Amino acid sequence: MDDSADTINLLLLILIYGMPVFLAVFGLVVGSILERRHFASIRQRELQYARLPIFPTRSADADRSVVDGHLVVASVVVSLDYFKKILASLRNIFGGNVRSYESLLDRAKREAILRLKEQVPDCDAIINLRLETSNLANVHSRKKGIGGVEVIAYGTAIRYRSEN
Amino acid sequence: MNLSSIQGVVLTNVEQVPGKTIVEHYGLVTGNTVRAKHVGRDIAASFKNLVGGELKGYTELLGDAREQATTRMVEQAQALGANAVVNVRFSTSAVAQGAAELYVYGTAVRAE
Repeated sequence: MDDSADTINLLLLILIYGMPVFLAVFGLVVGSILERRHFASIRQRELQYARLPIFPTRSADADRSVVDGHLVVASVVVSLDYFKKILASLRNIFGGNVRSYESLLDRAKREAILRLKEQVPDCDAIINLRLETSNLANVHSRKKGIGGVEVIAYGTAIRYRSEN
Repeated sequence: MNLSSIQGVVLTNVEQVPGKTIVEHYGLVTGNTVRAKHVGRDIAASFKNLVGGELKGYTELLGDAREQATTRMVEQAQALGANAVVNVRFSTSAVAQGAAELYVYGTAVRAE
């Protein structure tokens, strides 16, 4: 009788303390596979759209006259995986670079810019690029929520008068 | 999300409308919307949250909300008699738990 109660207690202990560990390992493994795949796709698409320049300035080539221009907007919402979230919160103790967030935001910004370009593949340039990052996490409560970071990229896609 | 022109009103985020000249200014026009996510999307996102990466449901939700805010801004511009909005700016802020405000503003003009 005592024996079976002990095994049940042991199983409960494993379940209670093992679950976060399991989630962390699962997050780490699947999360880093997905991240690597995403970066590969970003690099490949960046090469593909390399001929379409983007400028954060108000005009790109003052000598050429622009015939057409309109707004383009793209956004992406990303979040950290369970394991990296734990790492990032540990960083709060010692301070320093939170590398997991650096790569997350790098991914998000490059993805948002690529989505801009994918909308207007036949324009000559995108000018006045603006990038904005905003936190969607619960700012008004300490309760853990889903959270996430939104990156929005917008600019004006222009076409030059063809020279011929 | 295609916000290049809504209801025939051209939008840009530079000071002019490229290829046209501005003949009249009507001043500031704004549009906003506050959206909360629904539970189904929250549950799906919480699973996705485990492995990180893009939360597609949220991207879509905010994209739709931004389109609505922009449409509201455009309706204001049209009521003033404008045919373009220049210098468009976007901003997002988390105003309450689970709700975000999307705000768009710009200058309504007539361009010919």
